[in-house]
Amino acid sequence: MKKHFLVLALLVSIVSAVFVFLTLKLRYLPVLASTQGRTIDHLILVLFSIASVIMAVCLVTLVYSVVAFRRRRGDMEDGPSWSEHTAAETLWTLIPLAIVIYLSVYGGVSLKRMIRAPDTGEMEVRVLSQQFSWRFEYPEQKITTSELGLVVNRPVVFKLTSKDVIHSFWVPEFRTKEDAVPGMETMLRVTPVRVGSYKLLCAELCGIAHSYMVAPVRVMSREEFDKWVEQQRSR
Amino acid sequence: MAIFSLGVIRGLIFGVIGAAAGMGLTMLVRILAGMAAWKAGPATAVGSLTGLLLFLMGMGAFSHWFKFRAEKPEEEADSRGNKPEPPRWRRYFGYDTNHKVIAVQYMVTSFLVMIVAGVYQLIARMETAQPGIQFLNPGTYNSLISLHGIMMLGAVLLGISGMMNYLIPLMIGARDMAFPRLNALSYWIVPPALILFLLSLPMGGFDTGWTAYPPLSAKAPLGMQFMLLAFYIVGWSSILGGINFLTTIFKLRAPGMTLFRMPIFVWASMATAILQLIFTQFVGISFLMVLLERLLGLGFFDPEKGGKVILFQHLFWTYSHPAVYIFVLPGLGVISEIIPVFSRKPLFSYHAVALSSLGIAFGGAFVWGHHMFSAGMESWMRIPFMFTTLLVAVPTGVKIFSWLATMWQGKISLDTPMLFVLSAIVIFLVGGITGVPQGVVPVDLYLTDTYWIVGHFHHTLFGGFVFPMMAAVYFWFPKVTGKRLSEGWGKVQWALMTAGFFVTYEPMFWLGFNGMRRRVADYDPALGLGTMNMVTTIGGFIIGLAVLIFFINFVMGIWRGRPASANPWRSRTLEWQVSSPPPEENFSAPPQIVGPPYGYGRPGFNHAIMPAAAEVKTDGKGSHA
Repeated sequence: MKKHFLVLALLVSIVSAVFVFLTLKLRYLPVLASTQGRTIDHLILVLFSIASVIMAVCLVTLVYSVVAFRRRRGDMEDGPSWSEHTAAETLWTLIPLAIVIYLSVYGGVSLKRMIRAPDTGEMEVRVLSQQFSWRFEYPEQKITTSELGLVVNRPVVFKLTSKDVIHSFWVPEFRTKEDAVPGMETMLRVTPVRVGSYKLLCAELCGIAHSYMVAPVRVMSREEFDKWVEQQRSR
Repeated sequence: MAIFSLGVIRGLIFGVIGAAAGMGLTMLVRILAGMAAWKAGPATAVGSLTGLLLFLMGMGAFSHWFKFRAEKPEEEADSRGNKPEPPRWRRYFGYDTNHKVIAVQYMVTSFLVMIVAGVYQLIARMETAQPGIQFLNPGTYNSLISLHGIMMLGAVLLGISGMMNYLIPLMIGARDMAFPRLNALSYWIVPPALILFLLSLPMGGFDTGWTAYPPLSAKAPLGMQFMLLAFYIVGWSSILGGINFLTTIFKLRAPGMTLFRMPIFVWASMATAILQLIFTQFVGISFLMVLLERLLGLGFFDPEKGGKVILFQHLFWTYSHPAVYIFVLPGLGVISEIIPVFSRKPLFSYHAVALSSLGIAFGGAFVWGHHMFSAGMESWMRIPFMFTTLLVAVPTGVKIFSWLATMWQGKISLDTPMLFVLSAIVIFLVGGITGVPQGVVPVDLYLTDTYWIVGHFHHTLFGGFVFPMMAAVYFWFPKVTGKRLSEGWGKVQWALMTAGFFVTYEPMFWLGFNGMRRRVADYDPALGLGTMNMVTTIGGFIIGLAVLIFFINFVMGIWRGRPASANPWRSRTLEWQVSSPPPEENFSAPPQIVGPPYGYGRPGFNHAIMPAAAEVKTDGKGSHA
């Protein structure tokens, strides 16, 4: 019996190591362009690493059992009749519970970090959504645009609302998203950290042209942004 | 005319008349009120309901009431067997009250609905295989995916009702369900609902997804109304079924069948029935409110009339999250039934597995807010919902670990039911693990409304319902029909279905990360998602092929399957101790339950002592019910 457990433990360790290695090494996430996204990506790695180990434990045990404990042809005897093991049962209740509590606390702390208002320098952008387009109002710059221009490293707070049905504000590179709901104002904080062009996608099915409810996003340096504001004004 | 004696034909004719009468009545009222005679919304809504009523009347759902009123003695006192037997097949098309007949009706209906919903999605999936618009316009695409979702949910509800109907009375030693007529009613209100589902597409479809969020659903085409009414009616079936299952489990157990001697499937059914009974009203009221908003211009969810958009989502998810557990708990029960049989070992940690179903049901009742993390709900509310959501992982983990421990050191044989169960465990495991990131709020803000979600919930539904249901069909088919399904084709189907599943759904996680939104007819070619989408589409067709093989195998099994013995899998639970197929009333006299259901490895250790045939006649009590 001991032999089975030893082999199993060895296999589980090897497969866990492989899974965790792949989790940390493979590039399955798109370009990252916001501080909030950093928090999320970090959480994803933590979650996937834990998941890799749990996956490995269950999968290896399953496959091992099927291979090692097969009924021989013609063997009509039953297996052993044991069906209880207090220590094991306690363990596989308490360990998941501990993981769950840890993840909840960690998730809560991360969320707080993501939605906390910065001390100074936050730019406000009011996002007006409607079937099937986005408009952006900049109270500070007094412009209204159809392209979302942002300053790199300057925190932004988006105040979202909708004219008709529910839409959802999502730039995959920023990671986080928030619905734009008619009749109320929702809020999303993003601090872009990477200069570049992205796309704002509507992530909530909003009707026939939902797929095409896309707006260009540009993250620029301070100077470029000022120029861009001028351009938008003269338009 | 012989054809008119068939219940379902009478029902359909009555139903059509009822629908026409309802529409006529609406037009009459509108004319009297000085309005334009024809308005499609109200006319079809009233027509749907009168059609349903007349359909049931034509089926004979109320005839016992009329007979009772006329003080006529009731000839067909349920299924006592002393009246002349109609040909077997005819029973399945009429208002029959035997739980085994109703179970088969449920299962076959569920299969048919799944085929339609599956074909809808295959068509839509071909459209998204590559970026750009291929052959569907986005409106049709939206209607197809929306109908795929809601009809699959309906099919799953029918499927679990079928399994529960067949197994609960047999497993607890009862002759039938507690309320056989109510049982027939809960089945027969479904076919009219299915007709409404099918009419939704010709009536303009709808573009909201199965979730039907207003304000979009308040503005959607007429097809929306058909879908809302259809699911509303299926909801009745679910509530009535819940009452029936619970009463049966609590009142009709055989002598000696204590709660902790019940098979796990019955425990899972109990948890499921509680959820059905308590929560279905929430989706009912939310759909009804949208209907009233559409038909009468009320403003529950219209901010311009002082309504709140988010209110709908709270009501909707209060049901629709527990609904997920309604879908998977019976399937997890099936897994717990099958593993001990094919491992020749008692189920590990029986008490914990039994109670974990109730734990999941109870915990699952408080997690609905996790569907709304990005919906504009109060920010702080996300934290408690995150905690409750993740907590559900604990009882779910108990189940999975107990299954693994049951197999450990067992004598495992890989017959088709066991193969499906093994796939189910792996898939459900991935489904569970990919659910955790969505429970953690910040990560969910990234993943919600993307293909990640689509991948995740298909894992839970395939692992928690489809694969266990397939296992259940292969496992209990000999019991239901007295015939065997082909093991060889079963294994081919298993291999194709498992492979097809992974090919279809694993790429979705990657797609979700990389900007593939849910429910889009088209996507930006610049995102580079074409290849993975193509893989997913191919996988979908492999699953389709597996399903086709299943149906051929199923029909061939019924037509010319080898005869099955009473207990081909050497199981110990009660349903295998009667003949295959079981007698009309299951047990000639109540069996005596003397031990736990999974006493493998303990010679002479029985679950039940069956009544000897001779005893039956001297037993004057007749019914223990």
